[in-house]
Amino acid sequence: MMAFWQGILGIAWTPVWALVKIIAIIAPLMIGVAYLTYAERKVIGYMQVRIGPNRVGFKGLLQPIADGLKLLMKEIVVPSGASKGLFVLAPMLMIAPALAAWAVVPFSPRMVLANIDAGLLYILAMTSMGVYGVIIAGWASNSKYAFLGAMRSAAQIVSYEIAMGFALVGVLMAAHSLNLVDIVQAQRGGVFHWYWLPLLPLFVVYFISGVAETNRAPFDVAEGESEIVAGFHVEYSGMAFAVFFLAEYANMILVAMLASLLFLGGWEPLFPIAPLTWVPGFVWLLGKVAFMLLLFLWARATFPRYRYDQIMRLGWKVFIPVTLVWIVAVGLVLQTPYRYLVH
Amino acid sequence: MDFETFVFYSFGAILVASGLRVVTARNPVHAALALVLAFFTAAGLWILLEAEFLAITLVLVYVGAVMVLFLFVVMMLDLNLTKLREGFWSYLPVAVAVAAIMGFEMVTVLYGRSFGSQAVAEPAGYSNTKALGSLLYTQYLYPFEVAAVILLVAIVAAIALTMRHRKDTKYQNPASQVAVRRQDRVRMVKMKATPRAAALESKE
Amino acid sequence: MNRIKNFFSSFLLIELLKGMALTGRQLFARKITVLYPEERTPQSPRFRGLHALRRYPNGEERCIACKLCEAVCPALAITIESAVRTDGTRRTTRYDIDLTKCIFCGFCEESCPVDSIVETRIFEYCGEKRGDLLYTKPMLLALGEQYESQLAQDRACDAKYR
Repeated sequence: MMAFWQGILGIAWTPVWALVKIIAIIAPLMIGVAYLTYAERKVIGYMQVRIGPNRVGFKGLLQPIADGLKLLMKEIVVPSGASKGLFVLAPMLMIAPALAAWAVVPFSPRMVLANIDAGLLYILAMTSMGVYGVIIAGWASNSKYAFLGAMRSAAQIVSYEIAMGFALVGVLMAAHSLNLVDIVQAQRGGVFHWYWLPLLPLFVVYFISGVAETNRAPFDVAEGESEIVAGFHVEYSGMAFAVFFLAEYANMILVAMLASLLFLGGWEPLFPIAPLTWVPGFVWLLGKVAFMLLLFLWARATFPRYRYDQIMRLGWKVFIPVTLVWIVAVGLVLQTPYRYLVH
Repeated sequence: MDFETFVFYSFGAILVASGLRVVTARNPVHAALALVLAFFTAAGLWILLEAEFLAITLVLVYVGAVMVLFLFVVMMLDLNLTKLREGFWSYLPVAVAVAAIMGFEMVTVLYGRSFGSQAVAEPAGYSNTKALGSLLYTQYLYPFEVAAVILLVAIVAAIALTMRHRKDTKYQNPASQVAVRRQDRVRMVKMKATPRAAALESKE
Repeated sequence: MNRIKNFFSSFLLIELLKGMALTGRQLFARKITVLYPEERTPQSPRFRGLHALRRYPNGEERCIACKLCEAVCPALAITIESAVRTDGTRRTTRYDIDLTKCIFCGFCEESCPVDSIVETRIFEYCGEKRGDLLYTKPMLLALGEQYESQLAQDRACDAKYR
């Protein structure tokens, strides 16, 4: 089958095959994003003793499709006085890194688009680019609220990136690798060999920084609808607005995916014993991602929004010292005969 | 022209164009964004040279952190462009001289003997990251440590120079706010109910 | 000692986990949402909805154009004009309620000496134009005729408290 197509396409085979693989990642991701919005509304609704969307389709299952259609039909209003080129560019700059980071994410030992050595660094670099979308959107809108949102978001993302990077440094020290497949394979052997246990503080810091990095509640001061109406995307409407949301949810799924790959053993089963190993690794990975995403939604349903100075304090005065101490601890343990504890 | 050369020249063109935008753009925000693009394409060129670790670090550090802070500051400033342009002609000779010297240095480096060595194809399984790491932490350990200490001193100095506590500003201390427990602030007092008539009497 | 206790309780995220346990329990709680068009919450007999003008059982309209409701209306939503009828009684020639102004305070109903202007239990009405919400005398009388049995029942319910 593949040889047949290879013969027909000739030199165009390589790009076409790469494109097919990219679509195979992006299309399920987009569907996942759509249904994550549905899951969010349902879960938060249930936690608030409501029932959430239930009108469009069976149990409201077509709600995300209806929302998407509505946003597609709407007009994209460009405010007068806005910097037009940048205004249109901002949503693209937001979603491009969110999708590009998926290039190195492995779904099983062999299912990965680009199995590069510095995979972890690549993901860090890509996610750090996402902030440009927010900043440019805030600046190009020529609106005070949008600008305030952009400023808040920029400061917040830069400070939490450091804690996030340190948390990942702990992982790569334990795994002796920057390659995501190798990191998962270093955690082989059941739930107590996964890194969440020896690197528990780093896991917690990584997850909370991930929430802050994606501008999700309780760190959503960039949107802060009660004080700066919607922050950086006040002036956006229609599909341009939807792209911001797609990027936010794609980033959420990415953070959940990374947390399950780096700390929860990726596609490894809970215990390496018979009935659990029959379940395909992909299903395990999806289950872990779903669990991490549930934590995102759960946190949003539970916690009130942080005050801005408290966010900054948490990032700089709590997370960075905690991660530094734990990195040193991991480094010390690695030098002792007890290194099997973390490796 | 194979694919790699094509990519090289297109990235090079973008890099030069964005570099020009950095110095010619009237709006400082546009200039900063052009600089971001320049960094990013430079990272692309480094990846072509199979220096993926350096390329990713460039994106991570310069694009992801430094330029964000740059933009942060530039957006907040209310720059007066006409005032900035005032000294243009008086500074021009110095600027031209500096540019000429830099150009001369680059040309000598590129055509000098230091760059004459042929690029050697790396064996399979060669990891750029690992090679850099082992070089940095064995052969160049001391220079590396010294550089790190100098950076640390610079950080401390910058903070020490700019941190001034104004006495008259009011601020909240989140640490002490978080530490407060209900028992510290609320005191439950048991009181006997006063009969209505007695209360009215005492009022009069 | 207290400081150490605080330190550990904040680093072990105890308060946050308590909060999440609470919302986690609510996830499985019975939902109290009323699915509105299909299900409705019970209404009080004192419900203050759309207005209506009532008639006596013999068909005579109750309103005697005393204009108390017009005077008491805090939103100035009621406009009344009156004239003497051929049989010598005073009746309204015009009785308009502008529902875009009305705040449904129920003062008109309270002030009415003959229980003529009343508020029904209807709360789902709409107009496509602004003018659709200006209810005139014939419209109000028609509403009163349509819902008379319900209105009489509600008044009877509430009679001993008035």
